[in-house]
Amino acid sequence: MAGIGEEIQERLRRWTLELGGPGTRERLQKLTPPRNEYGVDPYGFDVDYLQAAAAPVLWLYRKYFRVKAFGLENVPNEGPVLLVGNHSGQLPFDAAMVEAACLVDKDPPRAVRALVDKWVPTLPFVSTLFARCGQVVGTPENCRRLLSAGEALLVFPEGTRGLNKPFSQRYQLQAFGLGFMRLALENGAPIVPVGVVGAEEQAPAFLDIQPLARMLAFPHFPVTLTGLPLPMPVRYRIWFGEPMRFTGSADDEDAVLEAKVARVRDAVAGLLARGLAEREHVFW
Amino acid sequence: MPASVAITGIAGNLGRKLARILHGETHVIGFDRRPLRDRPKDVEHHQLDIRKARVEDVFRRSAIQAIAHLGLKHDPRDDAAEAHSFNVAGTQKLLDIAARHGVKKVVLLSSANVYGPAPGNPNFLPEETPLLGAARLPGYRDLIEVDMYVQSFMWRHPEIETVILRPVNIVGPTVRNAPSNYLRLERPITVMGFDPMVQLIHEEDVCRAIALALRPGVHGVYNVTGPGEIPLSAALRELGRTPVPLPHFLVRPVVKRLFESRLSSYPPGEVDYIQYLCAVDGSRFIRDTGWTPRYSIRETLRSLLSSR
Repeated sequence: MAGIGEEIQERLRRWTLELGGPGTRERLQKLTPPRNEYGVDPYGFDVDYLQAAAAPVLWLYRKYFRVKAFGLENVPNEGPVLLVGNHSGQLPFDAAMVEAACLVDKDPPRAVRALVDKWVPTLPFVSTLFARCGQVVGTPENCRRLLSAGEALLVFPEGTRGLNKPFSQRYQLQAFGLGFMRLALENGAPIVPVGVVGAEEQAPAFLDIQPLARMLAFPHFPVTLTGLPLPMPVRYRIWFGEPMRFTGSADDEDAVLEAKVARVRDAVAGLLARGLAEREHVFW
Repeated sequence: MPASVAITGIAGNLGRKLARILHGETHVIGFDRRPLRDRPKDVEHHQLDIRKARVEDVFRRSAIQAIAHLGLKHDPRDDAAEAHSFNVAGTQKLLDIAARHGVKKVVLLSSANVYGPAPGNPNFLPEETPLLGAARLPGYRDLIEVDMYVQSFMWRHPEIETVILRPVNIVGPTVRNAPSNYLRLERPITVMGFDPMVQLIHEEDVCRAIALALRPGVHGVYNVTGPGEIPLSAALRELGRTPVPLPHFLVRPVVKRLFESRLSSYPPGEVDYIQYLCAVDGSRFIRDTGWTPRYSIRETLRSLLSSR
């Protein structure tokens, strides 16, 4: 299974259950995506693999970032839903933490699929790891298909604009793309706004070397204090807001959609403002 | 089923299989430059090049109702100009004749590979996807050109039911194409850290799909999927292969050398197919024809073992 030995996988799975806390095994058994005789769904998502691959993520979730999740009851247990959050931290640990929250702190758990950039499938190992964990490239076709199958998607409408912004712009939401709103309208999917507090401080970047990024075919090349965009042990606080429902045509003009997107953006900004107000310290 | 069906490329592995499926139900007339070995008695065979004028004679004599066009060459070692003329000019001549002699149905066997693998591909490509397969693999140029030509034929001759089938990778005990040759290797090269989902279809299932497409009422462009999707690594494990992973920056130069020195028949452009996704959405064919493959993923894969 994608390069990791069975024994190591089994050990990782045990670690996942340990980190997940009591009742994790029973909760995770409630995850039943479709799977063929080779254990994968049509997108290559493999629940057993996820259980193994989740271990280091859960270690970050419980021990390193010590994530506190608020309002998980706002994430519907079933049916199509778009989780829309702010993106930050240079490396997308925020996505992993939102997914981990839905996996171990929510009952029944939900396997949330993050939509990844089309850059990801060009990366060795990462591409395979992401696919086995259920992540998909965020093309409109993929999203439509998954939402009509009643799946949960995690979207960062700021994209790498948000992820790789410099420290000076922390908690300033960048422009939101409109694509997610068209998808929500088309599929009648509710939107759950998500505010991630903490990731903004995990790897402060003060420079973005665009020529180097272009040379390496990276979207950005941020330079942090340590040189590498590795995260510091900040404490994450993830706020899930109440589901928002929108009506209207997915084919409306951009201006009409922008008004709706602005409401989602405001909701995310509201969650961030509340999270920041209630936070006493970046690291604990 | 039409009363008589012409099969081009009938002497090939797929052509022979299709003839065997069809000959009890309909009169089968084969065209191929190659002789047709052990043919059933009721199958008529014309050993000639489809670009030759004598092809039209056959159409004049026998009222051919349908054509299953399988006779395209895609051996990467063939002379490119000759193959191009055979594939593209041959198809044009054949379809001209079809239009003049009252043929009611044309089925082209294209391939899902015409879309081309790309990192940004959606997991399931619909039929409307642009055919970009030749961007990095010139070997697909002929097939794409033929596919597009048949699409334009569809518009010019609405009175003829034209079907383009784009099946996923065809494998089986007899076929010899790039994907099945690759899966037959004991130690296939893989791209380190990449494990795309692949779709396979058994050669007999493809023939059954062609037979379905020959039925009256079916027309249009269809992806044809098999029993499902699996990671490439799982397919190789099922077959008991020992993959040789090479880093992505080395794999193309190595495959190119091997191909040029004739140590392997795997063209360097095909590497994209073991690195990126090129999987299709076959729901339209299923919806319009009730298509279901008979072979499971495991049976499809294992059929590759029985050929040795």
